[in-house]
Amino acid sequence: MNKFAIIGTGPAGIEAAATLAAHHNEVDIYEQENAPLGNIRDKAFLFPNFADADEVAGRLLARLDHPLIHLYTDKGIDQLEETPDGGWSVNGNTYSRVLLATGYRTFDAGRKEELGYGIYRGIRSSLEMEQMLREQKITNANGDKPQRIVFLQCVGSRDEKTGNLYCSKLCCVTAVKQAIETRKLLPDAEIFIFYMDLRMWGQHYEELYRQAQQEYGIRFVRGRISEAGGTYDGRVQIKSEDTLMGLPLKITTDLLVLMVGMEPSEGTRRLAGQCHICGDYGFAQSIDPHTDDNRTAHRGLYVAGACKRPMTLTDAIADGRSAAVVMLAEG
Amino acid sequence: MDAADSARRAQLLASVPSYRLCIGCGACSATCSAGQFTQFNIRRIHTAFNCGQTDTLAEQLDSCMLCGKCMLVCPRGVNLRSLIIRMRQLLAN
Ligand code: SF4
Ligand code: SF4
Ligand code: SF4
Repeated sequence: MNKFAIIGTGPAGIEAAATLAAHHNEVDIYEQENAPLGNIRDKAFLFPNFADADEVAGRLLARLDHPLIHLYTDKGIDQLEETPDGGWSVNGNTYSRVLLATGYRTFDAGRKEELGYGIYRGIRSSLEMEQMLREQKITNANGDKPQRIVFLQCVGSRDEKTGNLYCSKLCCVTAVKQAIETRKLLPDAEIFIFYMDLRMWGQHYEELYRQAQQEYGIRFVRGRISEAGGTYDGRVQIKSEDTLMGLPLKITTDLLVLMVGMEPSEGTRRLAGQCHICGDYGFAQSIDPHTDDNRTAHRGLYVAGACKRPMTLTDAIADGRSAAVVMLAEG
Repeated sequence: MDAADSARRAQLLASVPSYRLCIGCGACSATCSAGQFTQFNIRRIHTAFNCGQTDTLAEQLDSCMLCGKCMLVCPRGVNLRSLIIRMRQLLAN
């Protein structure tokens, strides 16, 4: 019988493990953290339907509950290499097939110095905003209820200055989702989203955008914020241009939320680099993004999920399942 | 657009190819030193030039101090300083 290893317990890794186990295969799944699931643990609600993230996470977790799946937490990967007989060795254990599902990390907003993140407390990342939404309590730098909240798109994506030319794909709809959630908690606040382009590509995303305008009174400003800094009273002053008006503007807000993009996780960078399957920006690379998107240049080594490129939860689950099917087919 | 002066646009793009990447986001104009105190709007100027609407641009461009701050924030890496110098040259001819 084949023995399979999966590295990473995000949605792609979990779904792959469950699929392999359902086909009567023994699977070892490794997680460097002390608990499985990865980034979904930080989410409050999922776009576009506001599904409770904990509930979805619970369903994913239940997929791991199978006698053929062995979960190893606190197990970072120190060693991953091909064995002479065409198998793979992971931390000294031998497998016939290995799936890399090491996922993404969010962009460190502190790298965009002109946006003041980490310096002024009124400036938060979308990750911290999600945390506030989980707690159902949004506060400004002084711990009070904010009257005005500004979201800024494309932080660390589509930006020559950070070296990330790509679009992170999820932050547009995430901002709209967070803005709507914010409105539910703060019915009287003014809520703005500053954007360069709004990319509502997925099913129900455009409808969410319409809802944000129509039902939730979110205001959309077409312009990039070039600088942000603190004011003496703990607020944030922003410089931008309303490009549709052709007018530069300054706006003072209680909270500025930076919609941080997706980058390959440390594990993705390191393992993809080590196995020479590094694609653009340190993401892992499959053979062909259209027709052969789970195999890699090495026999027996596969990739799935957001270790390849920015990907939604939905797509990562489907991709994990697809990787499992390919691994099974290769015997 | 039929009436626009596309020859000058072509000359501008030939000498500052990075301008092809401009998406009109307004980061340059938001951060511009001259724009803080005057009506000067560098995004509007280069957009107008790009559309062949060059009538008052030479005069407007006099407000630019070539400090280069706009270049620091442009997400598309447009070489704005060269762009401005080249626009000035083309407008002078
Ligand atoms: S999804 Fe939207 S916010 Fe995110 S990088 Fe793309 S355009 Fe920018
Ligand atoms: S900042 Fe760059 S991309 Fe944006 S409008 Fe100015 S030149 Fe164009
Ligand atoms: S170089 Fe000119 S356009 Fe650019 S920021 Fe300085 S004054 Fe403004």
